[in-house]
Amino acid sequence: MWFSAFRGGVHPDGFKELSSQLPIKTLPLPKELRVSLRQHAGSEAIPVVKAGERVLKGQLIGRPGEGLSAAVHAPTSGIVTAVEEVLAAHPSGIHSKAVVIEVDGKDEAIPTVATLDPFTMDRAELAQRVSEAGIVGMGGAAFPAAVKLSAATRSKDGIETLMINGGECEPYLTADDRLMRERADQIILGARLIQYIINAGRIAIAIEDNKGEAIEAMRAAAKPYSDIEVVVVPTRYPMGSAKQMIQAVTGKEVPAGGRSSDVGVLMHNVATAYAIAQCLTRGEPLISRIVTISGGAVKRPQNVEALIGTPISHLVEQCGGTSDTPDRIILGGPMMGVIMPSTDVPLNKGSAGVLALNKREVAAPAASPCIRCARCVDACPMGLVPLEMANHARAQDFDGANDYGLKDCILCGSCAYVCPSHIPLVHYFQYAKGEQSAQKATAKRSDYTRELSDAKRERKEKEAAAKAAAKAAKRKPKPAKKAVAEEEDE
Amino acid sequence: MALLTISSPHAHDHSSVSRVMLHVCLALVPATALGFYLFGLPAILMFLLTVGSAILWESVCLKLMGRSQSRLWDGSAMLTGWLLALSLPPWAPWWLALGGTFVAIVIGKQLYGGLGQNIFNPAMLARVALLISFPLQMTTWALPLDSFTDVGIGQSFSIIFGGAPLADGMTGATALGHLKTELSTGADAQQVLAESFSASRAILGTTGGSLGETSALLLLLGGAWLLIMRIISWHIPVSMMASVVIMAAIFHWIDPSRYGGGIFHLLSGGMVLGAFFIATDLVTSPSSKSGQLVFGAGCGIVDFIIRTWGGFPEGMGFAVLFMNALTPLIDLYFKPRVYGRRIDGTPKRYAKE
Amino acid sequence: MIAAIVVLTAMGLLLGWGLGYASRIFHVDSDPLVEEVTAMMPGTQCGQCGYAGCTPAAEAVVHGEAPVTLCPPGGKPLAVALADKLGVEVNLDGMSDVPLYAKIDRELCTGCMRCSKVCPTDAIVGANKQIHAVIRSACTGCEACDNACPEDCIDMQPDPMTLDTWNWPKPNVA
Repeated sequence: MWFSAFRGGVHPDGFKELSSQLPIKTLPLPKELRVSLRQHAGSEAIPVVKAGERVLKGQLIGRPGEGLSAAVHAPTSGIVTAVEEVLAAHPSGIHSKAVVIEVDGKDEAIPTVATLDPFTMDRAELAQRVSEAGIVGMGGAAFPAAVKLSAATRSKDGIETLMINGGECEPYLTADDRLMRERADQIILGARLIQYIINAGRIAIAIEDNKGEAIEAMRAAAKPYSDIEVVVVPTRYPMGSAKQMIQAVTGKEVPAGGRSSDVGVLMHNVATAYAIAQCLTRGEPLISRIVTISGGAVKRPQNVEALIGTPISHLVEQCGGTSDTPDRIILGGPMMGVIMPSTDVPLNKGSAGVLALNKREVAAPAASPCIRCARCVDACPMGLVPLEMANHARAQDFDGANDYGLKDCILCGSCAYVCPSHIPLVHYFQYAKGEQSAQKATAKRSDYTRELSDAKRERKEKEAAAKAAAKAAKRKPKPAKKAVAEEEDE
Repeated sequence: MALLTISSPHAHDHSSVSRVMLHVCLALVPATALGFYLFGLPAILMFLLTVGSAILWESVCLKLMGRSQSRLWDGSAMLTGWLLALSLPPWAPWWLALGGTFVAIVIGKQLYGGLGQNIFNPAMLARVALLISFPLQMTTWALPLDSFTDVGIGQSFSIIFGGAPLADGMTGATALGHLKTELSTGADAQQVLAESFSASRAILGTTGGSLGETSALLLLLGGAWLLIMRIISWHIPVSMMASVVIMAAIFHWIDPSRYGGGIFHLLSGGMVLGAFFIATDLVTSPSSKSGQLVFGAGCGIVDFIIRTWGGFPEGMGFAVLFMNALTPLIDLYFKPRVYGRRIDGTPKRYAKE
Repeated sequence: MIAAIVVLTAMGLLLGWGLGYASRIFHVDSDPLVEEVTAMMPGTQCGQCGYAGCTPAAEAVVHGEAPVTLCPPGGKPLAVALADKLGVEVNLDGMSDVPLYAKIDRELCTGCMRCSKVCPTDAIVGANKQIHAVIRSACTGCEACDNACPEDCIDMQPDPMTLDTWNWPKPNVA
C-alpha cells in the first residue's frame, strides 16, 4: 500500500492520552432527556408524540421532515413532558424544537425485529431500515446516512471503495479510537453491510498511525475478509476530513463541486458503521453514541456511551465535573467544534466530544494585524489563500473572497491554528459564507415578490381594461349617434 | 456564562508576531556581533542609535494614530531598525541613522497603515533613500579594526556625532565598488578581483562593508535558524542566490575580463543578508511557494543587472524594492493549486477506467 | 526644440483622437447607474417612498434628490448597499437592523379586506368578514397595509431568528 498524503495540514497537540486509556463507560440514566428534532443536516423532524404521552425506548418520536431530514427516536422509556423550544446545541443561543422526556428509569423498549441474516435481504430494504433508524453521519456533519447509501447505489459508475473513516484527527477526541478497540467486530460487520448495500468492490479502513491498539484490533477483526484492508495513514490534521483522507488513501482528489463517488469512493465514519450494524442486526434505531468528555477543566476525562438528548451538564458531572471554571464549552473537537452557550444543551447524534477547555488551552489573545507571513497558505490542506480570503471578507468583498477559494474552504481551522496574529480566519469565512447565503435568500425573495407585484399590477390593469371595455361597450351606441349628428350638422 | 459567538478553532499553536520577530532578531545576532567586533565601539553606537530611533519613531506614530503603545512589543520596529543598521556603513553618522529610521518607520511603514500594510520593505526603502540622497556617506566604508579597542569611547562619539572626517587608512572600498571603479578605467576584472577579493575573507567577514553584511558564514547560520524555525521557507533565498550565481557564471564564461564570477557575486555586498533576511520579509514577499520562487529569481536577476550595468555598485536594495512592487501582481497570478481543481481553477476530472 | 514641439503635438492629436473614438465606441444611451440601482430595489412599486415606482425612485436617488434610506421594504441593508454604490454617507438612525414584516392581530381584525387590496404582492389572504393572514414569504414590509388598516391591527415585526436564518456575525476585531 502506498500513500500520497495531502498538502498542508497541522500537527496540533493531541491530548488524547487524557481519555484514551479508560474503557467506555455506560452512564446511569439521566432524569430528563431533551431530544432535539433538528440534530441532523436538513430540515427539522416533525414530532409524532404529544405532551403527556408515554414513550418506550426506540419508539419513533419525530418523523423526517420535508426534503433532507432524519427520524428521531426516544432513547429510553418515560413520559413526554413537552414538545417545546429548548436551548439548542448551537453557538447562537437560539432555541429550537425538542421532545422533552421525563425518564421513568424502567428503560422499557418497544419490541425490535431482529434479523437473522441481513446479507440475504433486499438491498433497498436494508437502506430503508437505516433511514427509519434515523442514522446520520456520526463524525460531525450529521448527514443522513441512508441518503448517502441510496445516492451511492444510484451512482452510475458504481462505488469501487467503501472507505471507513477511523482518522479521528481532532485533538482530545478518542471516541472512535475506543470504539475500534472495544467493538471492532461490530464495526467490521457494519462496514460489510454497507458494502453489501452499495455493492462496493472493497473496503478500506483508514486509521491514523497514532492509534496502534485500534489498528491491531481492527486488523484482527478484518482478518477473515480478504476484501477488507486496514490502511494506516500518517497522523496529521485534518486527516479525518473526507477529501483529505480520500487523497491520502487513493491519491485522487474529489473534483471541486463534486462528490466522493466521482472518484469511486463512499465514506462513512466508524461510529456510523457501528450504528448501522446495530440497526440491521438487532433492529435498534440510533438512540445513543460514544462521546469523549475531556478538556483541561474536566476532572476525570473519559469516553462514555450516552443517550441522545442527555444534557451535557449531566455528562460532565458523570466525569467528575469541572475542576476550574471552563473558559469554553465545546461540542466536537477543538479544531472544528462549536462553542456552546451553556452546559444546558442536549447531546446530539453528531457530537463526538464534549470539551471543557480552560483559558490556557484555548490560547486566544486579541488579534493583531496580519503580517502576511503566509503560514496559513502553507497550512491550508485545500490550497487556498486564507489571508486574502479574510481580507476580502472583512471589506465585505465576498466575490473577492470567493476568488481566493472561499467556496472550496472546508473550515478545518488549520489556518487560524497557526496564525501568529491570532486572526479569527475561520470566523471571517463563516461570516462571509453566511452573508452570501443571506444575500442569495434576499435576492430570491425579492425576485419572488417582484413577480407577485408584477402579476398583481397586470391583473389590475386587465381588470381596469375590462371595466373600461365594459363601459365603452355600454356607451358604444352613443358615439355612433353623435357621429351621425355631427354629420348632420355639416 | 456569557454568550460568546466565537468560531472554531479553539486551539492554537501558541505562536505570535513578537515571537516571529524575536526569532529573526536572534538569527541576526551572530552577524551583528561580528560587526561589533570588527568595527568597534562606533559601530555599536551607530547600531544602538538606529534601533533606538526606529522604536522611537514607531512610538511617536502609534501615539499620533491613537493606537496602543503595546504594539511596540510586537518587535517589528526593532527588527526594521536592526536590519537597517546592518545595511548601513558601520561608522555612519548619527543623522544618517536617525533619518534612515524616519524614512523606514514613518514613511515606509506607518504611512501605509502600519504593520502588514506596507508595500515596500521599510529597511530597504530607507537604505535606498539614503543611498540616493547621501551617496558619499553611504559608501564610506570603515575597514575592520586590528583590535576592538583601537577606537575609544570619546573618539567613537566624535565619529558618529561629530562628523569627524575619517583618516584615509581607516576606510576603503568594498570589492563590488572597487570592481566598478576599476572597470570604468578599462581594467581587467580578473586582475582587479585577484587583488581586491578574497572568498575566504568574504565567508568569514573580515572585510570592509556594511555593519552586518560582511560574513556570509554567520548570515547563513542565521538563515539556517530561520529555516529550522520555519519562519522563512527555502524558496526565496535559494531561487535568489541561484539566479545570481547562474547569471554571473554565464557572463563570466562569456567574458571573464568584464564580469565577476558566481562565487564573487554570491559572497559580495548584501547578497546573503538580502537573500535570507531582506527579500524574505514576510509582509512584502509573495505568499505562495511558486510566487516566492519567482520573486526570489526576480530579486537575483535585477540585483545582478544593477551591479553589472547600473550606476551603483550594489543593487540589492533596488532589486528588492522593485520586486516588492511586483508582489501583489505575483500574488494574483501565482496562487497554490486548489484541491480538486486544475491549476487553471476548473474542476479536476478523472478519465473513466 | 522643434522635435519636441512636433512630438508633443503629434501625441496630443493622437491621444485626442483616441479619446474621441473611445467615447463613440463606449457610448451609452441610458444612465447605467439608474438601471443598476433599479435592479437593487425591491421592485414591488409599492410607492412608500413617495415616487410612482421603483425606477423613478432609483432616478431620484441617483440624482441625489432622495436619500438612500427612502425605501422601507429594502430597509437598512438596501440603504447601506445604495450608499456604498453611490459613495454617499448614510444616516441609519431610526432604521431597523432586520427587515420587518406585517403581522395581523387576530383579535382586532374585522376582515375588511382593505389591507389585501393595497398589498402590492398579494401577501394578505382572507375573505370578506374573515380574519386575514399574512404570507410571510411574500411580504416585503412596505407598510402599505398598516396605513390602510382602519382598526390599526397590523404590526410590523421582524422574523424570528431560527437555526436556518442565523448567520455568524462579523468578527469583532480592531
